[in-house]
Amino acid sequence: MSSMLAQDIFDLTLEHLYLVGVSMSIAAALAIPVGILLTRRRFLQGWVLGFANVMQTVPSLALFGFLIPLPFLGGIGKHTAIVALVLYALLPILRNTLTGILGVDPTVRESAIAMGMTGRQLLLEVELPLATRTILAGLRIATVTTIGTATIAAAIGGGGLGVFIFRGLASVDTTLLLAGAVPAAFIAVAADRGLEWLEQKLSPV
Amino acid sequence: MSPLVSFRRVSARLGHKDILHDLSFDLAAGETLVLLGRSGSGKTTALKMVNGLLLPSAGEVLIECVSTTAWDLIRLRRRIGYVIQEAGLFPHFTVAANVGLVPRLEGSPSRDIDRRVQDLLTQIGLPPAQFATRYPRELSGGQRQRVGIARALAANPPFLLLDEPFGALDPVTRVELQHMFIDLRDTLGKTALLVTHDVREALLLGNRIGVLHNGRLVFLGGRSEFLKAQDEEVRAFHTCLEETWKDSI
Repeated sequence: MSSMLAQDIFDLTLEHLYLVGVSMSIAAALAIPVGILLTRRRFLQGWVLGFANVMQTVPSLALFGFLIPLPFLGGIGKHTAIVALVLYALLPILRNTLTGILGVDPTVRESAIAMGMTGRQLLLEVELPLATRTILAGLRIATVTTIGTATIAAAIGGGGLGVFIFRGLASVDTTLLLAGAVPAAFIAVAADRGLEWLEQKLSPV
Repeated sequence: MSPLVSFRRVSARLGHKDILHDLSFDLAAGETLVLLGRSGSGKTTALKMVNGLLLPSAGEVLIECVSTTAWDLIRLRRRIGYVIQEAGLFPHFTVAANVGLVPRLEGSPSRDIDRRVQDLLTQIGLPPAQFATRYPRELSGGQRQRVGIARALAANPPFLLLDEPFGALDPVTRVELQHMFIDLRDTLGKTALLVTHDVREALLLGNRIGVLHNGRLVFLGGRSEFLKAQDEEVRAFHTCLEETWKDSI
């Protein structure tokens, strides 16, 4: 019995990591370029940040529910869960990319332009390196939040450690609840520490 | 010989505010022109018109007889050395990488860049063995400004723009750097446009002095003319000189 539980914990942990990993990769791949674009097209900032903000305020269980009836994006299963998790993760990454780049010392930016850097060189050699720390901090916040939110994915058949939590809730079984909650908490702490280390490591200044 | 830089009836507007009004002057090769003025007189705006960081709202700025609106601005900027207050060094680049930036952007071979950086660091009094691998935060204000000057000289531009380059330094370091600048400029034969609010700096460094007041050029001439000029704003700057002199008795 206990070895079966251990095997289940292992499998669901992997599934949980998969949900988080895929969602975070998509969210980063969307939010970082869009964040960069927003520093170039300021007039879009209000709209895009507004959208990401609204997404963040929808209660997570409701968001999963709203997505179910939607064609393509919705339905039951992992991909719906991933869509919801991506929507949640957008705001912190977007906002930190924007803050990081706009926070680069204006005299440094001005001297880069005055030295004859092209827009691309300014971005790749000055703005992104100097914004690395802030962008990674955004990724860290988004990742830790997503690890927690991903437990709700089980409600719409997305799997992951939430399966234990919902099962434990239904059968009032504390062991099952803990079997879901404790590994999730561990992953969150590990991700937080790991990304913090990466922030220190990659920060150029 | 045609002037290196020529302002032709240049005006600048930002929103509803006139920053520069009908500004005209020439800068000949080899000369240092100092634009002197109070804060908000429009002197930095005028400077930024030269390398196309700003474009005139009326009139034109000609560099080597070509209007800044017609120049490829990337190419123009790499031909002009630019030094600003607090140096504006890249905090994530070493001293060597900062100095070697423009040659690298221009695609010089890295061996040439290394040699150039070594030479320049030696010239500005920062031994490369000791300073090349340091980061800007590991330097004093004066050292940073020296690196800023070396960086501006790296691609051997014929022309330098300097915006309050010595403004943030303590008085002793300021005088040291002013003299280093004079030496370098004279040995290398650079043309320079320098902006300052310090009348003594203007007299020390400028072959000619232009005084800007509320966006208008109220005086333009050599040192002795400057000291004799009767314009109200010029006399306001004379007062600074007299005041210091009185203090020192």
